[in-house]
Amino acid sequence: MLRFLISRLALLIPTFIGVSIISFAFIRLLPGDPILLLAGERGLSPERYQQLRELYGFDQPLVVQYFDYLVNLLQGDFGTSIVTKRPVLEEFLTLFPATLELSFCAIIVATVIGVPAGVLAAIRRGSWLDQSVMGTALVGYSMPIFWWGLLLIILFSGILQWTPVSGRISLIYFFPTTTGFMLIDSLLSGQSGAFKSAASHLILPTVVLATIPLAVIARQTRSAMLEVLGEDYVRTARAKGLSPYRVVGLHALRNAMIPVITTIGLQVGVLMAGAILTETIFSWPGIGKWMVDSVFKRDYAVVQGGLLLIAAIIMLVNLIVDLLYGLINPRIRH
Amino acid sequence: MAGTNAQIGTASAATKGQRRAMLAEFWYYFSQNRGAVIGLYVFVAIVIIAVLAPLIAPHSPSLQNRGSFLVPPVWETGGDWRFLLGTDAVGRDILSRLIYGARFSLFIGAVVVTLSVSIGVIIGLIAGYFRGWVDTVITRVMDIILAFPSLLLALVLVAILGPGLLNAMIAIALVLQPHFVRLTRAAVMSEKTRDYVTAARVAGAGNIRLMFRTILPNCLAPLIVQATLSFSSAILDAAALGFLGMGAQPPTPEWGTMLAEAREFILRAWWVVTFPGIAILVTVLAINLMGDGLRDALDPKLKRS
Repeated sequence: MLRFLISRLALLIPTFIGVSIISFAFIRLLPGDPILLLAGERGLSPERYQQLRELYGFDQPLVVQYFDYLVNLLQGDFGTSIVTKRPVLEEFLTLFPATLELSFCAIIVATVIGVPAGVLAAIRRGSWLDQSVMGTALVGYSMPIFWWGLLLIILFSGILQWTPVSGRISLIYFFPTTTGFMLIDSLLSGQSGAFKSAASHLILPTVVLATIPLAVIARQTRSAMLEVLGEDYVRTARAKGLSPYRVVGLHALRNAMIPVITTIGLQVGVLMAGAILTETIFSWPGIGKWMVDSVFKRDYAVVQGGLLLIAAIIMLVNLIVDLLYGLINPRIRH
Repeated sequence: MAGTNAQIGTASAATKGQRRAMLAEFWYYFSQNRGAVIGLYVFVAIVIIAVLAPLIAPHSPSLQNRGSFLVPPVWETGGDWRFLLGTDAVGRDILSRLIYGARFSLFIGAVVVTLSVSIGVIIGLIAGYFRGWVDTVITRVMDIILAFPSLLLALVLVAILGPGLLNAMIAIALVLQPHFVRLTRAAVMSEKTRDYVTAARVAGAGNIRLMFRTILPNCLAPLIVQATLSFSSAILDAAALGFLGMGAQPPTPEWGTMLAEAREFILRAWWVVTFPGIAILVTVLAINLMGDGLRDALDPKLKRS
C-alpha cells in the first residue's frame, strides 16, 4: 500500500509543476501590463512604474520570476489580490467552506438518490421504471444548470415564495464563524430559526449542483450493476437460494460499487465547474463566484492563485479516490 | 487489360456491397434504440430550422418592436399573435431569436468538434504510435489540462483571448481535446501490435500511412461516440460562457447570451428565461440520445450481450 501511495504521489509532482507553469503563464499572457492595471485609472509616474516593476519582480527574466513564484508557493504564499490587497490564500480559505458545504450536500444528494435509482433500474431492466429512471437521468445529464437554477428560482422563490433567492443565510442572523459551514455554525449559535434559514438558502443551490452528478451516478450504477448481475458468482448466489435482497445487496452491490466510487470521486471536477455557475446564479459566496468575479475585475493574482489551488484540490481528491480504489479492490494494488 | 478492369470493378463492387451491409447492420442496431431514433429526428429538425432560419422566422432576430416590450406568449393574457413566444425587454421576437440561435449552437458544436477531434486525434496518434518520451510529454500535458475544471479553464482562456464567440469556441475546443488524445492513444496502442499492422509495415508502408490509413480507421468507433458527446458539451459550455458574459456578445441571438440578458427579468417575465433554456435542453438531449444509440450500435461488446 505504501509503495502504491508513493508511486501515485510521484506521478502527481510533474502534473503539479505543469499546473503551476500554466497558471503562472496565464498572468503573463493576459492582455495589458499588470502594473498599469494595478494602477487603475489614475496612471503612474515612470519612476513609480519602474519601482513597482522591481517590487513585483517583472524586470527579472521569466525563468527567475517563475522560480521565485514556485519558492513562494512552497512557502504558502499564493500572491496578493490586486483588488482587496489581501493574500490570495487567506481569501480562498475564507470562501472555500461555502463551496465545500454546497458541494458536500450536492454529492450526498446525488449519491443517496443516484445509487438506489441506478440499482432499481438495473434490477428491473427494460421495465417502465428502468426507462423512466434512465430517461430522467439523460435529461439531467443534458441540463444547462444555469438555466435550471433560474427556473427553480422562478418556481420556488417567485411563485411559491418558499425559498430565498440568494445568499447563505438571512441577514437578520449574525454569529461568529466557527467552522465556516453555515449549517453547523447556525446550530452552534443557538439562535432560533437560524438553522432553518441556512437550510432554506442551501436547498436550491444543492439541487442545481447535484443534478449532473446525480444523472452520471445513476447511469454508472445501472451499468455497473448490469455487468455484475451477469457474473457467475451472482448466479451461484441465486442458485444457492439466497433471497433476492441478499443477492443484490451483498453480492452484486458491493462489487458494483467499485466503479461507482470512482465515478463519485471524479465528480469533484464537475462540481467545481458547476459551482462556478451555481454560485453565480445564487450569489453564493464561494470560490466559484470568487473566480468569476476576479476574471471580470481582472484581478490576475487571484485568477492565478485560485486556478492553482482549485487544480490542487482536484488532484488531491483524485489521489484519494485512487487510494480508496486500491483499498476496496486489492486486484489493482500490485 | 479488359480483364484487369473487370477485376477491379468487381473488387470495388464487393467493398461497396460490404460497406452497404455494414451500414445496414449499423442502422439495425441504432434503430433498436427508440430514444436514439427520436434524438436523430429532433436533431435533423433543428438542422433544418437552422438552415431555413431566414425563411421560417417571422421577424428579424434583431428587430426591436417599439411598444411591444415583454409581451407574453400568445396563450397568456395580453399575448399577441404576431409574437408567438412573446418578446424580450427591448421588443425582439423571442421565437425568431430562438430560430436564429439554432444556427449559432450547431455552428459552435460543429466547429468545436472539428477542431478538438482533428487536433486530439493527431496528437493521440503521435503519442500512441511513437511512444517513448514524446508519449510521456503528451500524456503529462493532457493530465495537466484535465486537472482544471473545464469550464473554469475555458473561462480564463476567454478572458485572455478576449470575450467573443470565436475565442469561446477555441477555448472550449482546447479543453475538450484531451479526451480525444486519450481515446486515440489507447486505441492506437492496442491496434499497433496487431498482425495487419505488421503486415502493412512489412509491405513497406511508411509511418504516416500506417498511422492514418492502416490504424486510424480501426479506432473510429469510440471516437465517433466521443465526438457526439463533445458536440453537446460544446453547446452547453458555449451557452454557459455566453451566460457568464464571456461568450457570444449581445445582441447575438445565442441561447446562452439570451439567458444572460434575461436574468434580471426572471421574476417578472418567465418566458424570456424559459424558452432559450428549453431550446438548449432539447438540442443537447437530442444529441445525447443519439450518442447513446451510437454507442450501442458501435460497441461490439454490448452487441453480443
